[in-house]
Amino acid sequence: MKNQKTLTEHLFDAALYLFLTCIFLVTFYPFWNILIISLNDATDSLRGNLYFWPREFTTASYITIFRNPEIWSALQVTALRTVIGTAMSIICISMLAYSLSKRYLLGWKYFSFFFVFTMYFGGGLIPTYMVIKALGLIDSFWVFIFPGLIGVFLMILVRTFIEQLPGEIEESAKIDGANDLQVFVRIVLPLCVPVLATIGLFLAIGHWNAWYDSYIYTYKPELKTLQAVLVKILNQFQTGAMMTDAQQLAQNAKRIPVSSESIRMAVTMVATLPIIMVYPFVQKYFVKGIMMGAIKS
Amino acid sequence: MQTDLKLREGTDLNLPRRKVWPVFKQQKYLFLLMLPALIWAILFAYAPMAGLYMSFVNYQPTLGRFWYSLFHSEFVGLQWFRYFFNNGDFLIIMRNTLASTLITLLFSFPMPILIALAINEIKNVQFKKIVQTSSYLPYFISWVIAANIIVTLLSSDGAVNALLKFFHLTNESILFLQNGKYFWWIVALGNTWKDMGYSSIMYLAAISSINPELYEAAKVDGANRFKQIRYITFPHLKPTIVILLILAMGGILNAGFDQHFLLGNDLTKDYSDVLSTYSFRYGIQNGMFSYASAVGMFSSVVAFIIVVIVNQIAKKINGQSLF
Repeated sequence: MKNQKTLTEHLFDAALYLFLTCIFLVTFYPFWNILIISLNDATDSLRGNLYFWPREFTTASYITIFRNPEIWSALQVTALRTVIGTAMSIICISMLAYSLSKRYLLGWKYFSFFFVFTMYFGGGLIPTYMVIKALGLIDSFWVFIFPGLIGVFLMILVRTFIEQLPGEIEESAKIDGANDLQVFVRIVLPLCVPVLATIGLFLAIGHWNAWYDSYIYTYKPELKTLQAVLVKILNQFQTGAMMTDAQQLAQNAKRIPVSSESIRMAVTMVATLPIIMVYPFVQKYFVKGIMMGAIKS
Repeated sequence: MQTDLKLREGTDLNLPRRKVWPVFKQQKYLFLLMLPALIWAILFAYAPMAGLYMSFVNYQPTLGRFWYSLFHSEFVGLQWFRYFFNNGDFLIIMRNTLASTLITLLFSFPMPILIALAINEIKNVQFKKIVQTSSYLPYFISWVIAANIIVTLLSSDGAVNALLKFFHLTNESILFLQNGKYFWWIVALGNTWKDMGYSSIMYLAAISSINPELYEAAKVDGANRFKQIRYITFPHLKPTIVILLILAMGGILNAGFDQHFLLGNDLTKDYSDVLSTYSFRYGIQNGMFSYASAVGMFSSVVAFIIVVIVNQIAKKINGQSLF
């Protein structure tokens, strides 16, 4: 009896390990696959059948794309929007969170509703496009920053954090004659660093990953972000799969030889790498973030 | 000082009108801090909502600036909505939207639960860490990168076809992305691949809040691990499961734009066109602004109603509101 029990438990354990190994492979292998294709010789990649290891190892694809002015400019725009956008969002979100953390604020109920409502209802694609156009943000760098300036969900995370701070510190500063602005800048902001780091990571990843705004609202090539360039490459590749050889040859003559899977994979890797680099921090903070969100929602 | 405290305590009471101004002056810095967000909300959230008026007019962009043309275009009532419901597209778009979200739910809902249960049962910490680290990663990459990866894996000489050939499940390469009948399944599995690890965190958190003494007591009573899962872990997960399922139902019309736009192509259009991509195509690409706006408005209004209903249900079950 006892033996049988351990046997089933062993089988159970084996099944668990097998299942989780599958999960690991399914989530990890795709990244490995694009890595090895990007490190394979571009012409040789056309033969396909690259699954585990590069056949002709070379970093030529990376050199090609880093020499490409389009990619280079895209990298700069993306980095710039990530830094500026994240910084401005953190500032504006924490300001809003602080004022909404004060329940005695005149009309608190109405202001809270005013912001939370935007989480559940919006104008949608077309009116938003029209408004952004009317504001003169088409083909402007600020179209990457302003429309997404406030994340109401992230604001709620910060507000919850501020509400949990001990009130005595603020009170004593107020008795010393500090006004709300001074309390916010000198006392609350420094205490909020952990939660601001958390939302900063979310915001930065969001900016790095954003493609739609650049794809829709900008026409100038110097305002295309890395993800938008990658969309273009993907589209060319997808049409390429349906094109004749002659069309493909014509395509190859253009600046980025998109028919080469290695180049496409190298750009994909370059877009993925920063995410993998901040990943250790993300793992440290985002569990906390999602937990706080779970409590709140 | 006395009045100061009183004003602070006088929260959201309906103050007599003459007292509003002094309180406002007292709180001027709080309002100053709120100002950028207020401007943001008006410009980028409420102005587009006002712009939904487009759906009720025959918007002519040639009349002049946006707001001017909007209010000087001919009012047509519900014409665009009627046009959407009556032309053949409505059924196809709704079918695609619902098929995509429901098939996604079929995979993406149970997977995180299974992952969380399995990870919880594993004793090897290192192995656990590796699996978790790897399974969260796809959540953080953009759909552009994910689509690039999926296109590569599913290409005729890609890894998926190689695997199928290896197990003799097919002799010739399957052109997954050029064939509409695979499209919903590709999107569903792509969604699941991207989100399952991340979603499992919710369940892991719920499991970690279970009192360990329950397991100790169960062991003393001779319950094996299956019984522990069956009678302790699972019942404790049930509230989380129910709430997340209800929440997921709230997103039933929200088939993401990115995956359908990026993975779809002309060959699979009949299957990949969902509400958001349809509205995008007619509005941004074909210039039928009012029609596209009406399609978008239909989808956001219905989605909003569903979310409100879902919230009511969740309130009843859980005793607390989601808002």
